[in-house]
Amino acid sequence: MAGQGEEAVGRLKAQFGDAVVAAGAFRDQHWAVVAPAQWLTIARWLRDDAWAAYNVLLDVTGVHWPDRTPPMEVVAHLYSLTRNDVLRIKARVADRGPIASLTPLWQSADWNERETFDMFGIVFEGHPDLRRILMNEDYTDYPLRKELPLFRG
Amino acid sequence: METITERPDTLTINMGPSHPATHGVLRVVLELDGETVVACRPDIGYLHRGMEKIAENRTYLQFIPYTDRMDYLSPLAANVGFALAVEELLGIRVPPRCEFIRVICCELARIGSHLVWLGTSALDLGAATMFFHTFKDREWHYDLIEDLTGARLTTSYTRVGGVAYDATPDWLKRVREFVDAMPNRIDDYEALLTKNTIWLKRTQGIGRLSAADALSWGVTGPVLRASGVSYDLRKARPYSGYENYQFEVPVGTEGDVYDRYLVRIEEMRQSVKILDQALKNIPDGPVNVDDPKIFLPSKKRVLTSMEELIHQFMIVTEGFTCPEGEIYVATEVPKGELGFYIVSEGGKSPYRCRIRSSAFNNLSSLARQCVGELVADVVACIGSIDPVMGEVDR
Repeated sequence: MAGQGEEAVGRLKAQFGDAVVAAGAFRDQHWAVVAPAQWLTIARWLRDDAWAAYNVLLDVTGVHWPDRTPPMEVVAHLYSLTRNDVLRIKARVADRGPIASLTPLWQSADWNERETFDMFGIVFEGHPDLRRILMNEDYTDYPLRKELPLFRG
Repeated sequence: METITERPDTLTINMGPSHPATHGVLRVVLELDGETVVACRPDIGYLHRGMEKIAENRTYLQFIPYTDRMDYLSPLAANVGFALAVEELLGIRVPPRCEFIRVICCELARIGSHLVWLGTSALDLGAATMFFHTFKDREWHYDLIEDLTGARLTTSYTRVGGVAYDATPDWLKRVREFVDAMPNRIDDYEALLTKNTIWLKRTQGIGRLSAADALSWGVTGPVLRASGVSYDLRKARPYSGYENYQFEVPVGTEGDVYDRYLVRIEEMRQSVKILDQALKNIPDGPVNVDDPKIFLPSKKRVLTSMEELIHQFMIVTEGFTCPEGEIYVATEVPKGELGFYIVSEGGKSPYRCRIRSSAFNNLSSLARQCVGELVADVVACIGSIDPVMGEVDR
């Protein structure tokens, strides 16, 4: 996964300025944190821009950081078939979200966002069918939140 | 009874969660107009074990057995994928001999998984003979895996920084026998199906997925390649030395059930080619990284040196520490792209371990494939996606 991540984040900053809140890299994998209000707009630009061309949404998930404000992070991995490059974008949102759904752009957002909702309780606005996907319908917790223990005696 | 559309003239039927053609505990709610599917809603989660939660509460090494239980038809491939992800996080690379052994494992797993797919999906469509042929060879492949790892299914073979045991010369000789026999066996399978009129009628033009649709649904692996997109991680982002092997990535044109069949058959031939090269070129040398803070030191050193004894004690009781950082590492497992997104805060367990499952995303395209087809073809579509619910539900 070498090489183009830095340029992708650079172009993202040039295009959206302050909406790119933070950026970083580890082992040559680059990521950008974007303003949640711009989530859908930025994803659309990344998909449709002739250079970026991130035409596949590989994955959407969340990370819970209870000590941070805001505590939830939505993480998406995009893949560009033409440039053979993966980019990670994130948005920091409030406890239950909301954040815009990426379903208008990619069908793969459907099940992946449902799982993120199921596991973290993050609400994706504009999702056509935001139901639990792995847990029971009558389950009330969100398993991947950090306050939920692994075992409950 | 749940319904999907508002139409009063349709019949809703429930397929699964315990149905021979759903390949595990998959439930599909189908709404039918006569025999035509007008709506399809897969219902998953019956095999959800919360692996991502478990990963946060285990050391990196302790999570390897859980990767066996994701895609239980090719556990070795997931073992390798997870080990590679943690090695990337640590910034280490295993010795060449280990990479060769891992490639052999991955390709054996691919052949084994495709044999199950071929046998069961043909059985679903009434070609029962196929099942006996492929399961005979799959037993052979299981014998090899058992001799290498000590287990048929729960292999847990890789370690972070190596593998559990080195491959013996005798074992490599036996893999060679398997590799030499397989091309003829694949010819035999093809003789039964490739030009079989019933098979063609049941598979051609069924469950079509265009390249654009496949990409939009996040489909990867043979299902994506059958739709004409040449995306294979062994070529796109090579790992374990795959860049040094000569092999081709078969692609289809129609994106139907038949093309998925052709792609997987050809993938088995290519796997045989890769195995052949790996067996010819496997070097001697160590199989594990020489870093006692990550990998268990050899027993001899443990028994003769105080420092090594301490290292062994620390690794076994506490595990090793990963640096702070986050990585996404994906490998081409038999079903497609299996990715691990690991967020580390430093420490001995992942802060977050996301498993990007190939079968989960592939299965999400089922409704797209089935609507408009006959109800009997749903079975063909599920079989051609080749979902393993252990990996879908995690």
